[in-house]
Amino acid sequence: MKNILGRKVGMTSVFTEDGRYVPVTVIEAGPCTVVERRTKESHGYESVALGFGAVKKARVSRALAGHFKKQGVEPTRFVREFRNDIDGVEVGQTVTVAGFEPGDRVDVVGISKGHGFSGGIKRHNFSGGGASHGSMIHRQPASNGDTNAGRTVKGSRRPGHYGVDRTTHQNLEVVKADTERNLLLVRGPIPGPKNALVVVRKSVKTKAGA
Amino acid sequence: MNVIDVLNKEQLKESIPEFRPGDTVKVYSKVVEGGKERTQMFEGVVIVRKGGGAHESITVRRVAHGVGVEKSFLVHSPRVEKIEVSKRGIVRRSRLYYLSEKIGKAARIKEKKAVKQ
Repeated sequence: MKNILGRKVGMTSVFTEDGRYVPVTVIEAGPCTVVERRTKESHGYESVALGFGAVKKARVSRALAGHFKKQGVEPTRFVREFRNDIDGVEVGQTVTVAGFEPGDRVDVVGISKGHGFSGGIKRHNFSGGGASHGSMIHRQPASNGDTNAGRTVKGSRRPGHYGVDRTTHQNLEVVKADTERNLLLVRGPIPGPKNALVVVRKSVKTKAGA
Repeated sequence: MNVIDVLNKEQLKESIPEFRPGDTVKVYSKVVEGGKERTQMFEGVVIVRKGGGAHESITVRRVAHGVGVEKSFLVHSPRVEKIEVSKRGIVRRSRLYYLSEKIGKAARIKEKKAVKQ
């Protein structure tokens, strides 16, 4: 199964076996336990829930504690569901990075870094105005659009809260899966700050055999 | 030590000869040509050595058939098989970019004579 939960550790670069020097993000992934198996008969769809991270028993909410007890598994800090690539997975089974190989394509889901209340330049890649020659429009959003409309069109891009959104990076290459240290090295950046929870799942856009 | 530091350390080669900008080195690197792999040697003057850890790189300059050629290598890359020092030079700066403007005799570097032990 090419699905796992992990913690973002940070970025570095590594040499691959074919001699490339690639930028990678290090994810401390797993070991996860399968905490639930949902089926078409019981819930109307197929899925697998993975649990990750140690947690004090007293910190688990009663609702969740009951949930874990029913399945007969230890409570974990995070639980996430996966709906792809889940054939033959049973409750109580342990999932590690051993399921990944260099060259696999994965999607990584995380919560992006918070940028607070940001202007249009940072938030929407606006160009900004001239810096000098009396321009007076430096980092302002400037035009608001069509005046014939007589109103602001819905969805127009404005300054506002930026970041802390669920973000997915698709089709990233797995560079290395280190089973001894439970590390997964993925090419390029992934969303979120260091130490944040990330969800690694089998890429939805890569076709089989590619 | 954190995980990233450990990973970086693993990338390093065990032994790399001591050399500085101004020294003449032979770099043996693997190249893939027409599906075949072979080792290529490039000899020249190290004009800059920069970066730290696994990212460390050198730029080597030589004049081949009257044309100046500069090649950069990642020192710790598995494609760089071996680095040999053939001459020690005396230079007074760490980046010898001025060499590319000099031709012929002006582009020479004084050689450091071996010190008797």
